[in-house]
Amino acid sequence: MTWLVAGLAAWALGWWINTTLARRPRTRITRTVVPVVFGLTVIVIWECVVRGLAIPSVLLPAPTMIAVRFIHATAILWEDFVQTAIKGALSGYVMGCGAAVLVAIAVDRSPFLQRGLLPVGNFVAALPIVGIAPILVMWFGFDWQSKAAVVVVMVFFPMLVNTVQGLQETDAMQRDLMRTYAAGYWQALFKLRLPAAMPFIFNGLKIATTLALIGAIVAEFFGSPIRGMGFRISTSVGQLATDLVWAEIVVAALAGSGFYGAVALIERAVTFWHPSQRGRG
Amino acid sequence: MRSVFPVLTVVVVIFIAWYAGAIALNARWADDKAERAGVELSLTELVADTWSQDKPKLPAPHQVAAEIWKTTGAMVAKGRGFSKRSLFYHSWVTFSSTTLGFLMGTVLGVGLAVGIVYNRTMDMSVMPWVIASQTIPIIAIAPMIIVVLNAVGISGLLPKAMISMYLSFFPVVVGMVKGLRSPQVMQLDQMRTWNASPSQTFWKLRLPASMPYLFTSLKIAMAASLVGAIIGELPTGAVAGLGARLLTGSYYGQTIQIWSALVMAATLAAVLVGLIGLVQRITLKRMGMAQ
Amino acid sequence: MTGDTVISAKDLSLTFQTNDGPVHALKDVSLDVVKGDFVSFIGPSGCGKTTFLRCMADLEHPTGGTITVNGVSAEEARRARAYGYVFQAAGLYPWRTIGGNIRLPLEIMGSGKADQDARVKRVLELVDLAGFENKFPWQLSGGMQQRASIARALAFDADILLMDEPFGALDEIVRDHLNEQLLQLWDRTGKTICFVTHSIPEAVYLSTRIVVMSPRPGRITDVIDSPLPRERPLNIRETPEFLEVAHRVREGLRAGHGE
Repeated sequence: MTWLVAGLAAWALGWWINTTLARRPRTRITRTVVPVVFGLTVIVIWECVVRGLAIPSVLLPAPTMIAVRFIHATAILWEDFVQTAIKGALSGYVMGCGAAVLVAIAVDRSPFLQRGLLPVGNFVAALPIVGIAPILVMWFGFDWQSKAAVVVVMVFFPMLVNTVQGLQETDAMQRDLMRTYAAGYWQALFKLRLPAAMPFIFNGLKIATTLALIGAIVAEFFGSPIRGMGFRISTSVGQLATDLVWAEIVVAALAGSGFYGAVALIERAVTFWHPSQRGRG
Repeated sequence: MRSVFPVLTVVVVIFIAWYAGAIALNARWADDKAERAGVELSLTELVADTWSQDKPKLPAPHQVAAEIWKTTGAMVAKGRGFSKRSLFYHSWVTFSSTTLGFLMGTVLGVGLAVGIVYNRTMDMSVMPWVIASQTIPIIAIAPMIIVVLNAVGISGLLPKAMISMYLSFFPVVVGMVKGLRSPQVMQLDQMRTWNASPSQTFWKLRLPASMPYLFTSLKIAMAASLVGAIIGELPTGAVAGLGARLLTGSYYGQTIQIWSALVMAATLAAVLVGLIGLVQRITLKRMGMAQ
Repeated sequence: MTGDTVISAKDLSLTFQTNDGPVHALKDVSLDVVKGDFVSFIGPSGCGKTTFLRCMADLEHPTGGTITVNGVSAEEARRARAYGYVFQAAGLYPWRTIGGNIRLPLEIMGSGKADQDARVKRVLELVDLAGFENKFPWQLSGGMQQRASIARALAFDADILLMDEPFGALDEIVRDHLNEQLLQLWDRTGKTICFVTHSIPEAVYLSTRIVVMSPRPGRITDVIDSPLPRERPLNIRETPEFLEVAHRVREGLRAGHGE
């Protein structure tokens, strides 16, 4: 009972702090503090509710329990992280995105291919591509290569569609200007069209970060060596070691947001001129 | 119409590549088999064999088509269109959790978006987490949601739909926040000069202005929801649904079954997204926003 | 000055806090607008003419001084729907027909269906758009859209019309035409109009009084009572009287800029 009351108090306190902060003018500090307070409040309430209602840890472990498990299992978690996030997701991400950009540039030169590939690409991007995971696991074996292959296929189409769209971003006036300079195709591509396409390319890259991790984890559900985040999650669920599952989810969350954050940082450095990035400094 | 020919060309090229890939990937098995039987395969025999194996590495399109027909049309003809071996049955299972999850995700997403647009505290506290939640590979939670909900006695449709909901609410929130904020400052000032109430501003200006954004995000949400439903079917012990077909197919090396389930899932995605596109066209046309 | 004062500003000031320090958009502005007047506000950008208009409409909150509209505060006047406001862009809703757009403020103010129909019909005739009721905005030219937005501001029959560079985005020929129509409309309805512009000929052609403003801080440098008659054909712009007023406005603008 005391725990529940404490949870309620935490909720009231968090809400009060945030409404007070939200009323003040938006600065860098309030923009960071408010979501952090919100997150902490949720965690405290979670802890209090789990303890107050005596929820069995198999169903939902308390945050403190997950933290303890996280610290004790760092060796396993790191091994899984390397297997899934670095070997599977990152290598597939680099190959898939790189291939998509190259194909997009090739497609861009041919209006025929553009008209033919874009609708197909858009269609494929809407399909549940994770479904090919079992096939690719059969083709490339249980180790990280098959995971990377799933990631390549998953990130390819969103990336392709975004890049092609970005390459069409320049307006007629800018292209005419390039023509008055008698700029060649490659000059125009590197000086005008690729820079102009950057916001779109980065949009694709950001979408692809999440897809890459999803692909790598799901592919492990269809077979993997005895390490990897997806493998650990599915086996630990079976063993009812829910705290380890949650620790693994924390790793996935850290990996996902770190990955995304890194791409977003690079984006800010590269496309500082774009209206969506301006005035944030 | 201009793009019909290019699209057809691309599709034809894909099919040619598919058949060629089937030859390349399945040739070794065919050769091995021939060697064991002690016969020499001619090129045509080899090609014919690669296109008709039982458990090929890559089944040829016509094999997949035949399997799909066997598990859909042929079963309907026999009056067993809804038996557990029918793909219609499995598609239906996946479809129902997809749409339920999609509906829940849409309601949640629109609700959150309204809260974020109208409440500063919510905007500043929740919005960063909504975005952060998507950088997390949610799928990691899927098996656990299923198992945990099973343990508290909730099973069947709802756990899968929850995963779909989680995947589909995000595009709706982001799209709707953008849409509800799409009216220009001038139009909001205009409302103020008429002394319009907040609810009038919402119903007459913000909501209609957000419609194009809503439909775009609904399409993404539907696709995401289907992915969620399929993944949600993986850890249930592979009983029913297209995801379960994928999993049993991969256990027993039934590649043709995997591919037919995949094609079915693709068709389902296309139909559902296409349906939203249709509703979008009709609605926007009625509103006079389609030009 | 004769007649009733409709809008009265006294020592009005408005300071925005920005990252580069405070900006004095308005400083000690005092002005009385009389019923039936056509007042133009002219000045270079940043002189606070739009800010002044927005203060009248209770869209900005002055940091000093007082402003009354129809004898009450700007906020009360807004709540009483005392004025119609026309923005720089037409801002019509693309999902509503022209008639639907004009009906919008009437729906918000809760008038009955029959009343709405009658008013829509009347104001559409007033701005010469009869027969376009069921067209969508994007099917109309820019000038027609702006006329529709004026009709929308007229629909609920407020006595005051506040116009913020309503023809600024239109070309010269369309603008001349709309100016002429606006004068006729003003003559027929007897409304009080406050009109922000950056065009000298437009200000002189339309107004009974011209308020010249200058920037940093935004203030009034000259108020000119126009000697031109109420009846004004377009070619009045070539008469010596017109040119003389225009000259005085130009001088006022230059003086404000010189400091």
